[in-house]
Amino acid sequence: MTRDIPLTVQRRPQTDPWYVRYTLVGLTLGIVGLLVVVPLANVFGNAFADGVEAYLGYLFGDADTRHAIFLTLMVAPVAVALNTLFGIAAAYTIARFRFRGRTLLTTLIDLPFSVSPVVAGLVFVLLFGLGTPLGGWLRGHGYQVIFAPPVLVLVTAFVTFPFVARELIPVLEANGPEEEIAARSLGANGWQMFWRVTLPNIKWGLLYGIILCNARAMGEFGAIYVVSGRIAGQTDTVPLRIEKLFQGINDRDQTAAFAVASLLTMLALVTLVLKVAVERKLRAEQTKKHE
Amino acid sequence: MNTASRRVLPGFGLGLGYTMLYLSLLVLIPLAAAAVKAADLSLAEFWAAVWHPRAVAAYTLTFTASLTAAAINLVLGVVVAWTLVRYEFPFKRLVDALVDVPFALPTAVAGLVYASLYVQDGWLGQFLVPLGFEAAYTRTGIVLVLVFTGFPFVVRTVQPVLEEMDAETEEAAAVLGASRWQTFRRVILPNLIPPALTGFTLAFARSIGEYGSVMFISGNKQYETEIAPRLIFARLEAFEYKEAAAIAVVLLVASFTLLIAVNVLERWSRRHDP
Repeated sequence: MTRDIPLTVQRRPQTDPWYVRYTLVGLTLGIVGLLVVVPLANVFGNAFADGVEAYLGYLFGDADTRHAIFLTLMVAPVAVALNTLFGIAAAYTIARFRFRGRTLLTTLIDLPFSVSPVVAGLVFVLLFGLGTPLGGWLRGHGYQVIFAPPVLVLVTAFVTFPFVARELIPVLEANGPEEEIAARSLGANGWQMFWRVTLPNIKWGLLYGIILCNARAMGEFGAIYVVSGRIAGQTDTVPLRIEKLFQGINDRDQTAAFAVASLLTMLALVTLVLKVAVERKLRAEQTKKHE
Repeated sequence: MNTASRRVLPGFGLGLGYTMLYLSLLVLIPLAAAAVKAADLSLAEFWAAVWHPRAVAAYTLTFTASLTAAAINLVLGVVVAWTLVRYEFPFKRLVDALVDVPFALPTAVAGLVYASLYVQDGWLGQFLVPLGFEAAYTRTGIVLVLVFTGFPFVVRTVQPVLEEMDAETEEAAAVLGASRWQTFRRVILPNLIPPALTGFTLAFARSIGEYGSVMFISGNKQYETEIAPRLIFARLEAFEYKEAAAIAVVLLVASFTLLIAVNVLERWSRRHDP
C-alpha cells in the first residue's frame, strides 16, 4: 500500500487496506450467518423433518393447533385495529398542534415498550383477576375477562400500543400542514380534509406501522402466557401452542412445535419483505416532495 | 405549524380527547391499579419480597446476563454496522435486511430454535458440546438467546451516524498526516460512542424484560437459571400477587431508569447539531 496524500476525492469504502476489509466482511457474514441464518434454516429443517404430508398434518390435523391458529387470527387484528385508530388520532394531534403536555404525552405513548411483557400481563391479572373487585363484579354479571379472549385482546393491544403512533408522527411532521390548510381554505370540511388529504399522504407510513404492529401482536408470548391461563383448545394462541408442544415428551410433538413455529417464521419473513418495500416507497415519496 | 394552526385545522378536541381516553383506559389506569396493589404491602413486607434470596438470585442473573449480552452486542453491532456502511460485498442488501430478523421473529420461535440448536444432537450442539460448550439449559444459553433478541439495536443506532459522517473530515485528517488508525481513533470513534451506547442501553433494557425466548432455553431452575420475569410468573401461579407486584416494581424501576438514560444519551449524541 502506498500512502500518497489523496489528490482527488477518493471513494470512502476503498480507503481501508484489503485485509481489514476482508476480515470485517467475513466477520459480518459469520455473525449474521450464525445468529440469524442458521436458526431460520433450523426452523424449516426441523419442521419438514417428517416430510411435507406430516408437516401439514401437524398444522391442520390437530384440533388444539387449529384452534390456536384461529384464536391468533381473531385476537391480533382486533388489537391492531384498536391501536391503528389510536395511532392516527395521537399522531395527528401531536404532529399538527402545539399544546401543554405535548412532550409528556409523547413519552407516555412509548411507556408500554419499556414494560416487560410479563409485567404487562401481571398488571391485567391484578386488575381483572378473579379475586379483585373489578374481576369479581364482571364475573357476577356474566362476563369472563381473565383467562378468556377479551383479556388476550387487551394485553396484546397494550404491548403493541406505540407501534402505529410512533411510525406516523415523523411522517406527518415531514409532510407539514400546508396541504391541509389549503384544503380547508378551499372549503373542505374536517372529515373531507382527513379522508382526501391527510390519510392519502400518510398511507405508506400507516401501512408500515400496521405491519410491524401485527407481526408483534401475532407473536406475543410473555404477556399472554400470564393472563390466558393456557387452556389448550380455548386460550392458547399460536406462540403458546408452540411452547406446549415443545414441552411434550415424544419426538412427534417436537417436530409439531417446529411446524407451528414455521408459520410464525414465515409471517416474520413476509413482514420484513413488506417492510423493505414500504420503506422504499416512503423514501421515494419523500424525495419527490423535496424536489 | 404553530398555535395558529389550531384555528385553521380541525380535530384538535376530538384527537386529543380520543388519545387521552384510550391511553388512560389501556395503559395509565391499569398501571396505576397495579401500583395501588403493590402499595397494599407494608414497607417491611415489600422489602421481604424484594430481598427474598430467590428474588436476589433472579435479579442477579437477569442483570448479569443482560449486561453480558448487551456488551457482546456492542462489539458485534459496531462491526456489522461499519461493514454495511463502508464496504461493498455480495448480498449486502440481503444481509442488511436479515439484521432485522430478531425484531420480527416472535420470541417463542427464537427460544425454541436456540434451545434445539445447542442441545447435544442439535445442529451446532453436536460440534460444540464435545468441546465443553454447553448452552442448552444453562446461563450461557440465556446470554446467547439475549444476544439474538438484542442484536439489531446497536447496528441500527450506529448505522445512520456512520452514513452521515462526511468524508471531508476524514480526508482533512489524512491530509494533515494522520494515519488510518489515528483517524479512526481521534475522528471516527468519538462520533460512534454516543450512538453505540444508546444501542447498548436499548439492548440491555430489552433483555431485562425478555421472557419468551429465555424460558425455552433456560430450564427455569430456581437459584440457577430462573430469571426475574419467570419468578414473577411463579409467584402469580402460587397466588402470591403482592410478592409478584413487588418484584415487578423492581423491574419497572430498572427499565424506566434505562429509558431516561437513553433519552440523555440521545441528547448527548445530538449536542453538536444546531
